[in-house]
Amino acid sequence: MLMYVQLKNINKAFGNFKASNDVSFGIEKGKLIGLLGPSGSGKTTILRMIAGLEYPDSGDIYIDGVRVNDVPPSKRGIGFVFQNYALFRYMNVFDNVAFGLNVQKKNKKEIKERVLELIKLVGLEGLENRYPSQLSGGQRQRVAFARAIAPNPQLLLLDEPFAAIDAKVRHELRSWLKDMINKLGVTSIFVTHDQDEAIEVADEIIITNHGTIEQKGSPLEIYKNPSTPFVAQFIGESTVIEDYHKLKGFDQLHNIKKAVIRPEFINITKINEIKQYMSAAEEGVIEKISFRGSYLEVKVNVKGIILTVTRSLEDKIVKVGERVNVLIYRLYVFDDKNAYLLENPALEDNNSVFI
Amino acid sequence: MSKSDYRNGQVNKKINTTKAILIAVSIIFILVMLVMPMIAVITYALQNGIEAYLKAVKDQYTIKALQLTVIATVSAVVINTIFGLFAAWTVTKFEFRGKQLLTTLIDIPFAISPVIAGLIFILTFGRIGWAYDFLQANDIKIVFAVPGIILATIFVTFPFVSREIIPVLNAQGKDEEEAAALMGANGFKIFTKITLPHIKWALLYGVVLCTARAMGEFGAVSVLSGHLRGKTNTLPLHVEILYNEFKLTDAFAVSSILVILAVIILIIRNIIEHKAKKAGEC
Repeated sequence: MLMYVQLKNINKAFGNFKASNDVSFGIEKGKLIGLLGPSGSGKTTILRMIAGLEYPDSGDIYIDGVRVNDVPPSKRGIGFVFQNYALFRYMNVFDNVAFGLNVQKKNKKEIKERVLELIKLVGLEGLENRYPSQLSGGQRQRVAFARAIAPNPQLLLLDEPFAAIDAKVRHELRSWLKDMINKLGVTSIFVTHDQDEAIEVADEIIITNHGTIEQKGSPLEIYKNPSTPFVAQFIGESTVIEDYHKLKGFDQLHNIKKAVIRPEFINITKINEIKQYMSAAEEGVIEKISFRGSYLEVKVNVKGIILTVTRSLEDKIVKVGERVNVLIYRLYVFDDKNAYLLENPALEDNNSVFI
Repeated sequence: MSKSDYRNGQVNKKINTTKAILIAVSIIFILVMLVMPMIAVITYALQNGIEAYLKAVKDQYTIKALQLTVIATVSAVVINTIFGLFAAWTVTKFEFRGKQLLTTLIDIPFAISPVIAGLIFILTFGRIGWAYDFLQANDIKIVFAVPGIILATIFVTFPFVSREIIPVLNAQGKDEEEAAALMGANGFKIFTKITLPHIKWALLYGVVLCTARAMGEFGAVSVLSGHLRGKTNTLPLHVEILYNEFKLTDAFAVSSILVILAVIILIIRNIIEHKAKKAGEC
């Protein structure tokens, strides 16, 4: 498959800090890609190198089959949305959006038409004469987006596009941005440290850690089949357990000492509530219950291992100190390099229980 | 009155007393150190009547000195504004080795006594200086001539503009410029459309401070000027000469010109500060 954007063996260091360590990946045309990783993992550096705002120490960057290492940023056909939007604060909304078109010396009438069309597209009609400081965070992001796509870029790069917006508006903007990018069909890459954001918005996720690419795949693939220890721990609300073999059904595998477990892999029930799989169930004691709005987060101690479980408010009430049955469906075990999914063999004959 | 109310009353009283003392100290200090001397200057200047005052002010040497002061000030301000913009832009927008050193070097005129600055130029361009033969051969006069006075004024005032702009540029960051560059804007366009509107007030403020300092410069200019009346005398030097000749009224009359100029600059400064604050709010 022909890749629209391709990075080959990219290395980049800032002093002693290695921001990119032999990074290679390709992105198909028209896809919306999420670059996901903890802070300092090198995701923003990758984005800035694609844009031409940083230069790799070695390696090649291709956009649409052309090596762009020596092509200046302005000639790469890229739209860039900065983390803090970098709106021109001494220009109003109209002039901000028009800036790229003015630079290209398009005729005035054409510019006006295009800008007004974009302002309408992002839902900011009537605010053309406002200055950035007179807009809310969400509105500024829309202006930044309109400004970035005004010159019709072939590639749109977004650096932490939702980081500066409060939680409520952020949700709204996520789906708005996804719809908008789908509508335009422009190949897009956005950087984020928020996995919910990446999973919800991206067609495909690239996970970075310590300057390397850990895994690339669809959100579902990454969620269900983490291929490295880092991804297994990073994605989902994962708890690392050192001595998983103590748990019923999970014998210790050769050379593998650690496992990762997520709340959705565990089900707790009151003693004697379940009839099925009694033989596979562990017994545990509830240590802590936290109210999380739409659900409860329960910490349960099973043979000295603290497991985190979520529980619906509709379920029967449990109390701290109560003994409960704990069913563990599966966990991820990992060695130094790879992660594997391990189903509870005691449940294998009947897989009807799924969350 | 409850106990806690009583205590609050005590605290409030204490705060009010502190406030009153601080205000009183500031006002007394300013009165003694600044306002009284200024009033003294004006009274002395007018001591022998307005006729004598106007005569001193209209004296041809005074006018020559005023002209030279204006020439030196304008040259210094123009050159330092250009230099200051370049220096501030370099220091804030690029990463390079020795950046810290450059920033420190810019501040040298703040640290060096102006007299020493003057001596540096004498040692460089004067009779014993290493550039003397070259200057002599090309018939260029620096020491005891107008170029020397301009040089000294530039030296003494060159940090003012860059010092005002650097913090503003630092606070702004590089994002807006990068955004503009990504869209294909060239350096000139980025500077005029993005950077200049941002630093406008700081730049003007720097220019005003630079002007004030340049007009009053005495030490460095004194060393380089040679005190040739009507040729290399600036206003402050002229005041000194008159004073040394015991022409007190004349000296104070000429001083009053500088005082009036200073007051005008202060007013401009306040207007700029006010406008900058307004611009910062929106």
